[in-house]
Amino acid sequence: MSRYRCPVCDYIYDEEQGDPREGFPAGTSFEAVPDDWNCPDCGVRDKVDFVKDED
Amino acid sequence: MSKAIDAAAHGGTLKTENSDAAWHDRKKWAWMLGLTVPTIPFGTWVLHELTNSPLAWWYGPIVIFFVFPVVDTLAGLDGANPPDSLLEALEEQKYYRYITYLFLPIQYISLVWACWMWAYGDLSTFESVGLAWTVAMVSGIAIAVAHELGHKKPKLERWLAKIALAETFYGHFFIEHNRGHHVRVSTPEDPASARMGENVFRFIPRTVWGSLASAWHLESARFERMGKSKWSLKNDLINAWLMSVVLYGGLTAIFGVEILPYLLLQGVVGFCMLEVVNYIEHYGLLRQKKEDGRYERCLPSHSWNSNNQWSNVFLYHLQRHSDHHANPTRRYQALLHVDEAPQLPSGYATMMALAMIPPVWNRIMDKRILQHYEGDVTKANILPGKRAKVMKKYGPGTAAAEAAIAAGKYTKPWGKERQTVEAAA
Repeated sequence: MSRYRCPVCDYIYDEEQGDPREGFPAGTSFEAVPDDWNCPDCGVRDKVDFVKDED
Repeated sequence: MSKAIDAAAHGGTLKTENSDAAWHDRKKWAWMLGLTVPTIPFGTWVLHELTNSPLAWWYGPIVIFFVFPVVDTLAGLDGANPPDSLLEALEEQKYYRYITYLFLPIQYISLVWACWMWAYGDLSTFESVGLAWTVAMVSGIAIAVAHELGHKKPKLERWLAKIALAETFYGHFFIEHNRGHHVRVSTPEDPASARMGENVFRFIPRTVWGSLASAWHLESARFERMGKSKWSLKNDLINAWLMSVVLYGGLTAIFGVEILPYLLLQGVVGFCMLEVVNYIEHYGLLRQKKEDGRYERCLPSHSWNSNNQWSNVFLYHLQRHSDHHANPTRRYQALLHVDEAPQLPSGYATMMALAMIPPVWNRIMDKRILQHYEGDVTKANILPGKRAKVMKKYGPGTAAAEAAIAAGKYTKPWGKERQTVEAAA
Protein backbone atom coordinates (compact mmCIF):
# COMPACT_ATOMS: atom_id res chain seq x y z
CA MET A 1 0.00 0.00 0.00
CA SER A 2 1.45 3.37 -1.02
CA ARG A 3 0.67 7.02 -0.58
CA TYR A 4 0.63 9.60 -3.38
CA ARG A 5 0.96 13.31 -2.80
CA CYS A 6 -0.35 16.28 -4.76
CA PRO A 7 2.73 18.42 -5.41
CA VAL A 8 0.75 21.67 -5.09
CA CYS A 9 -1.42 21.33 -2.00
CA ASP A 10 -0.08 18.22 -0.23
CA TYR A 11 -3.36 16.31 -0.51
CA ILE A 12 -2.49 12.65 0.02
CA TYR A 13 -4.09 9.70 -1.70
CA ASP A 14 -3.51 6.81 0.66
CA GLU A 15 -4.33 3.47 -0.98
CA GLU A 16 -5.11 1.98 2.41
CA GLN A 17 -7.83 4.54 3.09
CA GLY A 18 -8.81 5.36 -0.49
CA ASP A 19 -11.06 8.39 -0.79
CA PRO A 20 -14.65 7.20 -0.41
CA ARG A 21 -16.06 10.68 -1.03
CA GLU A 22 -14.39 10.67 -4.44
CA GLY A 23 -15.69 7.18 -5.15
CA PHE A 24 -12.56 5.21 -4.27
CA PRO A 25 -13.23 2.82 -1.35
CA ALA A 26 -10.49 1.90 1.12
CA GLY A 27 -7.95 -0.35 -0.56
CA THR A 28 -8.40 1.13 -4.07
CA SER A 29 -4.99 1.09 -5.73
CA PHE A 30 -3.79 4.36 -7.22
CA GLU A 31 -3.58 2.56 -10.54
CA ALA A 32 -7.34 1.98 -10.46
CA VAL A 33 -7.99 5.72 -10.13
CA PRO A 34 -9.01 7.14 -13.54
CA ASP A 35 -6.30 9.11 -15.36
CA ASP A 36 -8.45 12.19 -15.79
CA TRP A 37 -9.09 12.45 -12.06
CA ASN A 38 -7.59 15.58 -10.53
CA CYS A 39 -6.68 16.62 -7.02
CA PRO A 40 -9.92 17.03 -5.04
CA ASP A 41 -8.48 19.82 -2.88
CA CYS A 42 -6.76 22.17 -5.32
CA GLY A 43 -7.92 20.93 -8.74
CA VAL A 44 -4.73 22.07 -10.48
CA ARG A 45 -2.81 18.80 -10.66
CA ASP A 46 -3.96 15.60 -12.33
CA LYS A 47 -3.39 12.03 -11.20
CA VAL A 48 -0.31 11.75 -13.43
CA ASP A 49 1.33 14.65 -11.59
CA PHE A 50 1.06 13.01 -8.17
CA VAL A 51 4.28 12.01 -6.47
CA LYS A 52 4.73 8.72 -4.61
CA ASP A 53 5.48 9.27 -0.92
CA GLU A 54 8.67 7.43 -0.07
CA ASP A 55 8.35 7.21 3.71
CA MET B 1 11.18 25.48 7.94
CA SER B 2 11.60 27.37 11.17
CA LYS B 3 8.66 27.39 13.50
CA ALA B 4 6.94 30.73 13.61
CA ILE B 5 5.93 32.72 16.61
CA ASP B 6 2.56 34.36 16.45
CA ALA B 7 3.16 37.91 17.53
CA ALA B 8 -0.34 39.18 16.82
CA ALA B 9 -0.23 41.46 19.84
CA HIS B 10 2.38 43.56 18.10
CA GLY B 11 0.17 44.92 15.36
CA GLY B 12 0.73 42.29 12.71
CA THR B 13 4.46 41.74 13.05
CA LEU B 14 5.57 38.20 12.39
CA LYS B 15 8.88 36.70 13.40
CA THR B 16 10.52 33.34 13.07
CA GLU B 17 12.28 31.53 15.85
CA ASN B 18 15.42 30.51 14.02
CA SER B 19 16.11 33.59 11.99
CA ASP B 20 15.98 37.29 12.59
CA ALA B 21 13.53 37.83 9.74
CA ALA B 22 10.54 39.92 10.68
CA TRP B 23 7.76 41.28 8.56
CA HIS B 24 5.00 43.70 9.29
CA ASP B 25 1.63 43.06 7.65
CA ARG B 26 0.47 46.57 7.00
CA LYS B 27 -2.85 45.30 5.67
CA LYS B 28 -3.60 43.35 8.84
CA TRP B 29 -6.27 45.62 10.29
CA ALA B 30 -7.42 46.84 6.89
CA TRP B 31 -8.88 43.40 6.19
CA MET B 32 -11.63 44.27 8.63
CA LEU B 33 -12.88 46.90 6.16
CA GLY B 34 -14.45 44.05 4.20
CA LEU B 35 -16.95 43.68 7.03
CA THR B 36 -18.41 47.07 6.19
CA VAL B 37 -19.74 45.61 2.91
CA PRO B 38 -22.62 43.62 4.46
CA THR B 39 -23.62 46.74 6.41
CA ILE B 40 -24.17 48.73 3.18
CA PRO B 41 -27.97 48.10 3.24
CA PHE B 42 -28.16 49.82 6.64
CA GLY B 43 -26.22 52.69 5.10
CA THR B 44 -29.05 53.18 2.61
CA TRP B 45 -31.45 53.60 5.48
CA VAL B 46 -29.24 56.14 7.24
CA LEU B 47 -28.82 58.02 3.98
CA HIS B 48 -32.55 58.00 3.43
CA GLU B 49 -33.20 59.32 6.95
CA LEU B 50 -30.73 62.14 6.30
CA THR B 51 -31.78 63.11 2.78
CA ASN B 52 -35.32 61.75 2.41
CA SER B 53 -34.42 61.05 -1.23
CA PRO B 54 -35.76 57.93 -2.99
CA LEU B 55 -32.34 57.62 -4.66
CA ALA B 56 -30.84 56.85 -1.24
CA TRP B 57 -32.03 53.23 -1.58
CA TRP B 58 -29.70 52.89 -4.59
CA TYR B 59 -26.73 53.68 -2.37
CA GLY B 60 -25.18 50.18 -2.87
CA PRO B 61 -24.65 50.22 -6.65
CA ILE B 62 -23.79 53.93 -6.56
CA VAL B 63 -21.02 53.28 -4.04
CA ILE B 64 -19.70 50.16 -5.77
CA PHE B 65 -19.80 51.38 -9.38
CA PHE B 66 -19.08 55.09 -8.98
CA VAL B 67 -17.42 55.83 -5.62
CA PHE B 68 -15.24 52.71 -5.33
CA PRO B 69 -13.46 53.16 -8.69
CA VAL B 70 -12.43 56.69 -7.63
CA VAL B 71 -11.31 55.66 -4.15
CA ASP B 72 -9.56 52.59 -5.58
CA THR B 73 -7.59 54.78 -7.97
CA LEU B 74 -6.67 57.32 -5.28
CA ALA B 75 -5.66 54.63 -2.78
CA GLY B 76 -2.91 53.45 -5.11
CA LEU B 77 -0.96 50.23 -5.39
CA ASP B 78 0.53 47.79 -2.96
CA GLY B 79 2.71 45.03 -4.32
CA ALA B 80 4.37 44.07 -1.05
CA ASN B 81 4.84 40.37 -0.43
CA PRO B 82 5.52 38.64 2.87
CA PRO B 83 8.80 36.72 2.88
CA ASP B 84 8.48 33.06 1.88
CA SER B 85 9.72 31.90 5.27
CA LEU B 86 6.72 33.50 6.98
CA LEU B 87 3.94 32.43 4.61
CA GLU B 88 3.00 29.39 6.64
CA ALA B 89 2.89 31.35 9.89
CA LEU B 90 0.80 34.03 8.26
CA GLU B 91 -1.68 31.44 6.98
CA GLU B 92 -1.95 29.89 10.41
CA GLN B 93 -3.02 33.09 12.12
CA LYS B 94 -6.67 32.51 12.89
CA TYR B 95 -7.51 36.23 12.97
CA TYR B 96 -7.62 36.39 9.18
CA ARG B 97 -10.07 33.56 8.71
CA TYR B 98 -12.36 34.77 11.52
CA ILE B 99 -12.92 37.98 9.57
CA THR B 100 -14.29 35.98 6.65
CA TYR B 101 -16.54 33.93 8.97
CA LEU B 102 -17.92 37.11 10.51
CA PHE B 103 -19.09 38.35 7.11
CA LEU B 104 -21.87 35.74 7.07
CA PRO B 105 -23.97 36.73 10.08
CA ILE B 106 -23.90 40.39 9.00
CA GLN B 107 -24.78 39.34 5.44
CA TYR B 108 -27.90 37.51 6.63
CA ILE B 109 -28.97 40.09 9.22
CA SER B 110 -28.92 42.72 6.48
CA LEU B 111 -30.90 40.41 4.16
CA VAL B 112 -33.60 39.83 6.77
CA TRP B 113 -33.70 43.55 7.48
CA ALA B 114 -34.13 44.26 3.75
CA CYS B 115 -37.01 41.75 3.61
CA TRP B 116 -38.63 43.58 6.48
CA MET B 117 -38.23 46.87 4.62
CA TRP B 118 -39.73 45.41 1.42
CA ALA B 119 -42.70 44.09 3.40
CA TYR B 120 -43.36 46.87 5.91
CA GLY B 121 -41.06 49.78 5.02
CA ASP B 122 -43.64 51.61 2.91
CA LEU B 123 -41.21 51.82 -0.01
CA SER B 124 -42.23 52.67 -3.56
CA THR B 125 -41.38 50.14 -6.29
CA PHE B 126 -38.46 52.36 -7.37
CA GLU B 127 -37.12 52.36 -3.81
CA SER B 128 -37.63 48.61 -3.35
CA VAL B 129 -35.78 47.86 -6.59
CA GLY B 130 -32.98 50.16 -5.43
CA LEU B 131 -32.78 48.30 -2.13
CA ALA B 132 -32.67 44.98 -4.05
CA TRP B 133 -29.70 46.27 -6.06
CA THR B 134 -28.06 47.41 -2.84
CA VAL B 135 -28.57 43.98 -1.23
CA ALA B 136 -27.15 42.42 -4.41
CA MET B 137 -23.85 44.24 -3.85
CA VAL B 138 -23.62 42.33 -0.56
CA SER B 139 -24.70 38.95 -1.94
CA GLY B 140 -22.35 39.40 -4.90
CA ILE B 141 -19.34 40.18 -2.73
CA ALA B 142 -20.45 37.32 -0.45
CA ILE B 143 -19.53 35.06 -3.38
CA ALA B 144 -15.95 36.36 -3.06
CA VAL B 145 -16.05 35.39 0.63
CA ALA B 146 -17.51 31.99 -0.28
CA HIS B 147 -14.76 31.64 -2.87
CA GLU B 148 -12.12 32.17 -0.20
CA LEU B 149 -13.80 29.70 2.18
CA GLY B 150 -14.72 27.08 -0.44
CA HIS B 151 -11.07 26.59 -1.44
CA LYS B 152 -10.00 25.62 2.06
CA LYS B 153 -9.58 22.11 3.37
CA PRO B 154 -11.43 22.27 6.73
CA LYS B 155 -15.00 21.02 6.41
CA LEU B 156 -16.36 23.92 8.45
CA GLU B 157 -15.12 26.43 5.89
CA ARG B 158 -16.61 24.50 2.99
CA TRP B 159 -19.96 24.54 4.78
CA LEU B 160 -19.70 28.25 5.45
CA ALA B 161 -19.00 28.74 1.73
CA LYS B 162 -22.27 27.00 0.87
CA ILE B 163 -24.16 29.13 3.40
CA ALA B 164 -22.71 32.34 1.94
CA LEU B 165 -23.79 31.17 -1.54
CA ALA B 166 -27.37 30.34 -0.50
CA GLU B 167 -28.47 33.96 -0.93
CA THR B 168 -27.63 33.96 -4.64
CA PHE B 169 -28.77 30.35 -5.33
CA TYR B 170 -25.17 29.77 -6.41
CA GLY B 171 -24.27 26.73 -4.29
CA HIS B 172 -23.00 24.95 -7.39
CA PHE B 173 -20.26 27.58 -7.72
CA PHE B 174 -18.07 25.96 -5.12
CA ILE B 175 -18.10 22.64 -7.00
CA GLU B 176 -17.70 24.04 -10.49
CA HIS B 177 -15.14 26.64 -9.52
CA ASN B 178 -12.82 24.27 -7.66
CA ARG B 179 -13.11 21.19 -9.83
CA GLY B 180 -14.08 22.70 -13.19
CA HIS B 181 -12.83 26.26 -13.59
CA HIS B 182 -9.46 25.68 -11.93
CA VAL B 183 -8.84 22.62 -14.10
CA ARG B 184 -9.77 24.20 -17.44
CA VAL B 185 -9.00 27.86 -16.77
CA SER B 186 -7.99 29.96 -19.79
CA THR B 187 -9.00 27.30 -22.30
CA PRO B 188 -11.93 27.42 -24.73
CA GLU B 189 -13.48 24.55 -22.70
CA ASP B 190 -13.96 26.72 -19.61
CA PRO B 191 -17.31 28.51 -19.50
CA ALA B 192 -15.94 30.95 -16.91
CA SER B 193 -12.95 32.17 -18.99
CA ALA B 194 -13.95 35.05 -21.26
CA ARG B 195 -12.81 35.15 -24.87
CA MET B 196 -11.37 38.07 -26.77
CA GLY B 197 -14.19 39.76 -28.68
CA GLU B 198 -16.84 38.38 -26.32
CA ASN B 199 -18.68 41.19 -24.59
CA VAL B 200 -19.80 40.80 -20.99
CA PHE B 201 -23.50 40.51 -21.89
CA ARG B 202 -22.77 37.61 -24.18
CA PHE B 203 -20.39 36.07 -21.66
CA ILE B 204 -22.82 36.06 -18.72
CA PRO B 205 -25.42 33.64 -20.17
CA ARG B 206 -22.65 31.36 -21.45
CA THR B 207 -20.89 31.18 -18.09
CA VAL B 208 -24.10 30.93 -16.02
CA TRP B 209 -25.51 27.96 -17.97
CA GLY B 210 -22.15 26.41 -18.80
CA SER B 211 -20.99 26.46 -15.18
CA LEU B 212 -24.29 25.04 -13.95
CA ALA B 213 -24.18 22.19 -16.47
CA SER B 214 -20.55 21.48 -15.68
CA ALA B 215 -21.20 21.40 -11.92
CA TRP B 216 -24.01 18.90 -12.46
CA HIS B 217 -21.78 16.79 -14.67
CA LEU B 218 -18.91 16.81 -12.14
CA GLU B 219 -21.11 15.88 -9.20
CA SER B 220 -22.90 13.18 -11.22
CA ALA B 221 -19.55 11.69 -12.20
CA ARG B 222 -18.54 11.55 -8.54
CA PHE B 223 -21.71 9.63 -7.64
CA GLU B 224 -21.21 7.33 -10.62
CA ARG B 225 -17.73 6.46 -9.33
CA MET B 226 -19.24 5.72 -5.93
CA GLY B 227 -21.86 3.55 -7.59
CA LYS B 228 -24.65 5.47 -5.86
CA SER B 229 -27.63 7.45 -7.06
CA LYS B 230 -26.93 11.15 -7.52
CA TRP B 231 -30.46 11.91 -6.29
CA SER B 232 -29.29 12.14 -2.72
CA LEU B 233 -28.99 14.76 0.00
CA LYS B 234 -25.29 13.97 -0.02
CA ASN B 235 -25.12 15.45 -3.52
CA ASP B 236 -23.44 18.79 -2.82
CA LEU B 237 -25.52 20.54 -5.47
CA ILE B 238 -28.80 19.24 -4.13
CA ASN B 239 -28.04 20.07 -0.51
CA ALA B 240 -26.68 23.51 -1.43
CA TRP B 241 -29.71 24.38 -3.56
CA LEU B 242 -32.01 23.04 -0.87
CA MET B 243 -30.43 25.55 1.49
CA SER B 244 -31.50 28.32 -0.90
CA VAL B 245 -35.01 26.88 -1.20
CA VAL B 246 -35.34 26.87 2.59
CA LEU B 247 -33.95 30.42 2.81
CA TYR B 248 -36.19 31.86 0.09
CA GLY B 249 -39.20 29.83 1.27
CA GLY B 250 -38.70 30.81 4.89
CA LEU B 251 -38.33 34.52 4.15
CA THR B 252 -41.37 34.45 1.85
CA ALA B 253 -43.42 32.65 4.50
CA ILE B 254 -42.45 35.21 7.14
CA PHE B 255 -42.64 38.43 5.11
CA GLY B 256 -45.17 37.55 2.42
CA VAL B 257 -45.00 36.69 -1.23
CA GLU B 258 -44.63 40.36 -2.26
CA ILE B 259 -40.95 40.28 -1.27
CA LEU B 260 -40.19 37.38 -3.64
CA PRO B 261 -39.55 39.47 -6.79
CA TYR B 262 -37.00 41.59 -4.88
CA LEU B 263 -35.40 38.54 -3.34
CA LEU B 264 -34.99 37.00 -6.79
CA LEU B 265 -33.73 40.27 -8.26
CA GLN B 266 -30.99 40.63 -5.66
CA GLY B 267 -29.99 36.99 -6.29
CA VAL B 268 -29.69 37.44 -10.05
CA VAL B 269 -27.86 40.77 -9.80
CA GLY B 270 -25.62 39.27 -7.09
CA PHE B 271 -24.43 36.34 -9.19
CA CYS B 272 -24.07 38.56 -12.26
CA MET B 273 -21.62 40.67 -10.21
CA LEU B 274 -19.53 37.56 -9.71
CA GLU B 275 -19.71 36.71 -13.41
CA VAL B 276 -18.50 40.18 -14.34
CA VAL B 277 -15.48 39.53 -12.12
CA ASN B 278 -14.98 36.17 -13.87
CA TYR B 279 -15.14 38.04 -17.17
CA ILE B 280 -12.23 40.26 -16.15
CA GLU B 281 -9.99 37.61 -14.61
CA HIS B 282 -8.95 35.66 -17.71
CA TYR B 283 -10.22 37.79 -20.60
CA GLY B 284 -8.60 36.62 -23.84
CA LEU B 285 -5.82 34.66 -22.12
CA LEU B 286 -5.07 31.19 -23.43
CA ARG B 287 -3.06 28.18 -22.32
CA GLN B 288 -1.30 26.71 -25.35
CA LYS B 289 -1.64 23.04 -26.21
CA LYS B 290 1.44 20.87 -25.83
CA GLU B 291 2.50 18.15 -28.28
CA ASP B 292 0.88 15.42 -26.16
CA GLY B 293 -2.48 17.17 -26.53
CA ARG B 294 -2.63 18.39 -22.93
CA TYR B 295 -2.81 22.08 -22.21
CA GLU B 296 0.26 23.65 -20.70
CA ARG B 297 -0.10 24.17 -16.94
CA CYS B 298 -1.80 27.26 -15.70
CA LEU B 299 0.98 29.84 -15.40
CA PRO B 300 1.08 33.36 -13.95
CA SER B 301 0.62 34.61 -17.53
CA HIS B 302 -2.91 33.15 -17.64
CA SER B 303 -4.63 35.51 -15.19
CA TRP B 304 -5.02 39.28 -15.06
CA ASN B 305 -3.75 40.77 -11.81
CA SER B 306 -4.02 44.05 -9.99
CA ASN B 307 -2.21 45.51 -7.01
CA ASN B 308 -4.80 48.20 -6.37
CA GLN B 309 -4.88 47.94 -2.62
CA TRP B 310 -8.37 49.24 -1.93
CA SER B 311 -10.09 46.62 -4.13
CA ASN B 312 -7.64 43.97 -2.93
CA VAL B 313 -8.68 44.55 0.67
CA PHE B 314 -12.39 44.37 -0.17
CA LEU B 315 -11.98 41.27 -2.32
CA TYR B 316 -9.53 39.35 -0.12
CA HIS B 317 -6.59 39.58 -2.54
CA LEU B 318 -8.66 38.02 -5.32
CA GLN B 319 -6.76 40.26 -7.73
CA ARG B 320 -3.53 38.46 -6.95
CA HIS B 321 -5.14 35.97 -9.21
CA SER B 322 -2.11 34.28 -10.72
CA ASP B 323 -0.89 33.14 -7.33
CA HIS B 324 -4.41 32.02 -6.49
CA HIS B 325 -4.43 29.76 -9.56
CA ALA B 326 -0.96 28.47 -8.75
CA ASN B 327 -1.90 27.76 -5.13
CA PRO B 328 -5.68 27.55 -4.89
CA THR B 329 -5.78 26.47 -1.25
CA ARG B 330 -3.51 29.32 -0.08
CA ARG B 331 -5.25 31.71 2.34
CA TYR B 332 -5.95 35.22 1.11
CA GLN B 333 -3.57 37.06 3.44
CA ALA B 334 -0.65 35.04 2.03
CA LEU B 335 -1.37 35.49 -1.70
CA LEU B 336 1.55 37.03 -3.52
CA HIS B 337 2.13 39.59 -6.20
CA VAL B 338 3.82 37.79 -9.13
CA ASP B 339 6.11 39.78 -11.40
CA GLU B 340 5.37 37.77 -14.56
CA ALA B 341 1.60 38.23 -14.27
CA PRO B 342 -0.13 40.53 -16.75
CA GLN B 343 -1.45 43.59 -14.91
CA LEU B 344 -4.83 45.21 -15.40
CA PRO B 345 -4.73 48.96 -15.91
CA SER B 346 -6.83 49.36 -12.77
CA GLY B 347 -8.50 47.42 -9.95
CA TYR B 348 -11.61 45.28 -10.34
CA ALA B 349 -13.78 48.12 -9.02
CA THR B 350 -12.95 50.21 -12.09
CA MET B 351 -12.67 47.29 -14.49
CA MET B 352 -16.16 46.04 -13.58
CA ALA B 353 -17.65 49.40 -14.40
CA LEU B 354 -15.69 49.48 -17.69
CA ALA B 355 -16.73 45.93 -18.62
CA MET B 356 -20.34 47.13 -18.68
CA ILE B 357 -19.47 49.42 -21.62
CA PRO B 358 -18.07 46.96 -24.23
CA PRO B 359 -16.58 49.50 -26.68
CA VAL B 360 -14.59 51.10 -23.86
CA TRP B 361 -13.57 47.69 -22.51
CA ASN B 362 -12.32 46.57 -25.95
CA ARG B 363 -10.44 49.79 -26.47
CA ILE B 364 -8.59 49.33 -23.21
CA MET B 365 -8.12 45.56 -23.06
CA ASP B 366 -7.62 44.39 -26.65
CA LYS B 367 -4.31 46.19 -27.01
CA ARG B 368 -3.20 44.84 -23.61
CA ILE B 369 -3.82 41.31 -24.89
CA LEU B 370 -1.87 42.12 -28.00
CA GLN B 371 1.03 43.48 -25.94
CA HIS B 372 0.88 40.49 -23.62
CA TYR B 373 1.31 38.15 -26.60
CA GLU B 374 3.99 40.41 -28.10
CA GLY B 375 1.92 41.24 -31.14
CA ASP B 376 0.81 37.65 -31.86
CA VAL B 377 -2.95 37.65 -31.41
CA THR B 378 -3.19 34.02 -32.56
CA LYS B 379 -2.03 33.05 -29.05
CA ALA B 380 -5.15 34.59 -27.49
CA ASN B 381 -8.43 32.89 -26.56
CA ILE B 382 -10.66 34.37 -29.28
CA LEU B 383 -14.43 34.07 -29.64
CA PRO B 384 -14.78 31.76 -32.69
CA GLY B 385 -17.47 33.93 -34.33
CA LYS B 386 -15.25 36.99 -34.05
CA ARG B 387 -12.00 35.39 -35.16
CA ALA B 388 -12.05 36.80 -38.71
CA LYS B 389 -12.80 40.27 -37.42
CA VAL B 390 -10.12 40.08 -34.72
CA MET B 391 -7.52 38.81 -37.20
CA LYS B 392 -8.32 41.61 -39.63
CA LYS B 393 -7.86 44.22 -36.94
CA TYR B 394 -5.03 42.73 -34.87
CA GLY B 395 -3.53 39.88 -36.90
CA PRO B 396 0.17 39.60 -37.81
CA GLY B 397 1.37 42.51 -39.91
CA THR B 398 -1.41 44.90 -38.94
CA ALA B 399 -0.60 48.33 -37.56
CA ALA B 400 -2.02 47.29 -34.18
CA ALA B 401 0.29 44.25 -34.01
CA GLU B 402 3.32 46.35 -34.93
CA ALA B 403 2.42 48.94 -32.30
CA ALA B 404 2.11 46.20 -29.68
CA ILE B 405 5.54 44.83 -30.56
CA ALA B 406 6.99 48.32 -30.30
CA ALA B 407 5.29 48.99 -26.97
CA GLY B 408 6.48 45.75 -25.37
CA LYS B 409 4.76 43.89 -22.56
CA TYR B 410 2.47 45.98 -20.46
CA THR B 411 3.51 45.99 -16.87
CA LYS B 412 2.57 48.21 -14.05
CA PRO B 413 4.89 49.20 -11.23
CA TRP B 414 4.34 47.88 -7.74
CA GLY B 415 3.61 51.26 -6.26
CA LYS B 416 5.75 53.19 -3.83
CA GLU B 417 4.92 50.90 -0.99
CA ARG B 418 7.07 47.97 -2.01
CA GLN B 419 8.81 46.87 1.13
CA THR B 420 12.08 45.16 1.64
CA VAL B 421 10.82 41.70 2.24
CA GLU B 422 13.42 40.32 4.56
CA ALA B 423 14.12 43.26 6.83
CA ALA B 424 16.32 42.54 9.80
CA ALA B 425 14.48 42.72 13.11
